[in-house]
Amino acid sequence: MSTVSPEATPGSPETPSVERTYAAYSRPFWQRVVLSREFAVIALLVAAIVFSRSQVEYFDGPQTMYYLFRDSASVLLLALPMTAIIITGEIDLSVASIVGLTSVSFGMLHDDVGLSATIAALLAIGVGVVCGAFNGFLIAYVGLPSIAVTIGTLALFRGIGAGLLGTESRTDFPEGWTDWAKDRIVEGQPYPMVLIPFVVLAIAFALLIHFSSFGRGIFEIGQNDEAAHFTGVDVARTKAILFVLSGAVAGFVGIYLTLVSGVARAENATGLELSVIAAVLLGGVSIFGGRGALHGVLAGVLLIGVIQRAMLLNGQTINVINIVIGVLLVLSVMSTSLLAASRRVLAASRGARSSGGPSRSAGKRLLS
Amino acid sequence: MSAATPSRDGSSLGAAVGALLKSREVAVAVVLVLLIAATTLKSDAFLFSSTGWRDLLLTPSMLVLLAVGQTAVIITRNVDLSVGSTLGLTAYLTGRLFIDTSLPIILVVLAAVLMGAVLGLVNGVLVAWGRVPALVITLGTMYIYRGAFLTWAGSDRINAGDMPRAFRDLGTDSILGIPVLTIVAVVVLAAVGYYLHTARGGREFYAIGSDPDAAHLYGLRISRRIMAAFVLSGALAGLAGAVSAARFGTVSSSVGTGIEFEAVGAAVIGGVAIFGGSGTVWGAALGAFLLVTINRSLPVLGISDFWQQAVVGALIVGAITLDRVLVRRQEKKLVAARDDAGSSHAGPPTREPVVATTAPGSPGASAPGDTSSPTDPQEGTR
Repeated sequence: MSTVSPEATPGSPETPSVERTYAAYSRPFWQRVVLSREFAVIALLVAAIVFSRSQVEYFDGPQTMYYLFRDSASVLLLALPMTAIIITGEIDLSVASIVGLTSVSFGMLHDDVGLSATIAALLAIGVGVVCGAFNGFLIAYVGLPSIAVTIGTLALFRGIGAGLLGTESRTDFPEGWTDWAKDRIVEGQPYPMVLIPFVVLAIAFALLIHFSSFGRGIFEIGQNDEAAHFTGVDVARTKAILFVLSGAVAGFVGIYLTLVSGVARAENATGLELSVIAAVLLGGVSIFGGRGALHGVLAGVLLIGVIQRAMLLNGQTINVINIVIGVLLVLSVMSTSLLAASRRVLAASRGARSSGGPSRSAGKRLLS
Repeated sequence: MSAATPSRDGSSLGAAVGALLKSREVAVAVVLVLLIAATTLKSDAFLFSSTGWRDLLLTPSMLVLLAVGQTAVIITRNVDLSVGSTLGLTAYLTGRLFIDTSLPIILVVLAAVLMGAVLGLVNGVLVAWGRVPALVITLGTMYIYRGAFLTWAGSDRINAGDMPRAFRDLGTDSILGIPVLTIVAVVVLAAVGYYLHTARGGREFYAIGSDPDAAHLYGLRISRRIMAAFVLSGALAGLAGAVSAARFGTVSSSVGTGIEFEAVGAAVIGGVAIFGGSGTVWGAALGAFLLVTINRSLPVLGISDFWQQAVVGALIVGAITLDRVLVRRQEKKLVAARDDAGSSHAGPPTREPVVATTAPGSPGASAPGDTSSPTDPQEGTR
């Protein structure tokens, strides 16, 4: 099997390219693709769609997919930066509050200050960027735990929005803009206009996370940020950039939600952060960081959307749907450890017991 | 720290303030007292009217219960986001039991606590045995419990008339000027505080939170302790549900929404480290007190109450930033102390003048902890 003799390898350091004596991957390509978490989610999504189309009345109707995309769009968009943030092992609980704040800023800048919609929108995205930079600075450069910081800014950003606008709302937006948010790309097709910026952003984030050295840094930080630091990854800068991106996307979503609903209110998107995080985790991203992929996450978001829509059409209330989503989330994260447990049982029955296993997992599972 | 104060010239005030800030409980209490004083100056009724005094003590009782439970969980390096949903579910259960059965009040409250404990146990089992981080599990159970509550309640709501008079009176009655519900919260606080401070089980919570691996190697039963923490948190959320039913007299579908973040925020403001292993329930309770009192005093101080949430958020961010600054300063101090001690052992002759003046100038206990640069004592003796 081995093409290089054992003596040759240590004895010849001057030959830089020694042929590998082992396979580049432990499993063939198709197995790596198909036997993955992401593929399981995609399969579940396809199964849910097929089932819904055949069993749920009106699911294959012309409006269903349109509303599915339109309502999932904000979660789809927010899931992009959230995936990257969770892969680094951090979390951003404040996204929905940034959405609320930018919605308020957009409405007030346009209606009260009298700026044109374009400038108001740009400034509102700027507000989102500032919010993200604030999070990023505290987390990356001051070194505070992201869960604590973003619980604080969850209240802070939402509170600023509520303080600025109170219980009032702003509803005066240019016709063209609100129409754009509800328009379809091609008349008669179920794809709303918002999918265009989403697809652009999704491709950008896919390139950033999976096909760039910056993205390798994201995964490396999630695995071990100290090791990442020693291999030359600027840990703080990477994290700060991700939080700024998260703020910018949240700003965009704030404008989109304002236009779709036609109302700028402080309460816009309350609680949305939990839907985003649930979808990202359902999509196979490890909450410990270091593992996950964008296609799984997008399938996870759509899976939740399909289940919601199918159950709504079936006459279920939103409460039952929330129970199902909660159970799905718990099961999906449990599945990893259940699989690991069954593997351990198998390994133990073969007599191959790893010594360091229990204590490592004991430490890992406690990290919240 | 305080022992080093006399050796520092002119900075004794700063050192005293530092020592004060280092005790987070004291710092939060001072802020709380200042806030109450400022609000009372603006409007006497805030403290001195009978309802003002009652509300001051009564309103925080619910959040104090949740914050105490949350602290126990956070100390073990976990977090419980499902307390708000548990609270809603048990509040509805309380009302439902009064409508459907004629159980005595005490049994109904016990049922609420038990229900909360069971819901907490579910969290605990999933977290401890499922080997999944608490953040995810309790996020999931938060959806599930809230969904169960709303499905069960439907469009019903429990009105004041549905609950016996004696139970609703619990929400407003006072003993010796102190509301009953506040007494309940304080008793729970004292019991949990005592347990965490002295009992073996309580100390193990801290050990697990400080270093789970070390705790495991030391032979602590991590799973059991974590389950206990979640059961405690759930049971206290259940009690808080009964308290909220008694306090407000009604149970609407939105009860307890978003309160989980307030509970975590109260604990964080009170100095409980989010990564476990440190903090006290006293601090968390004071944090809860502060959060609720801010909400009530802002309108009195002339700030629109729409800004409440922003102030709360700023307070949370400020508290953790302050923690970080203090920890960093402490680290620097320890490093400096180590370097000082190391160099004086290694080469006493080269640093003789400095060491000689330092040693008599400062009390024995403070010598290794003294951060003042070597030139300071010399300046002092000149």
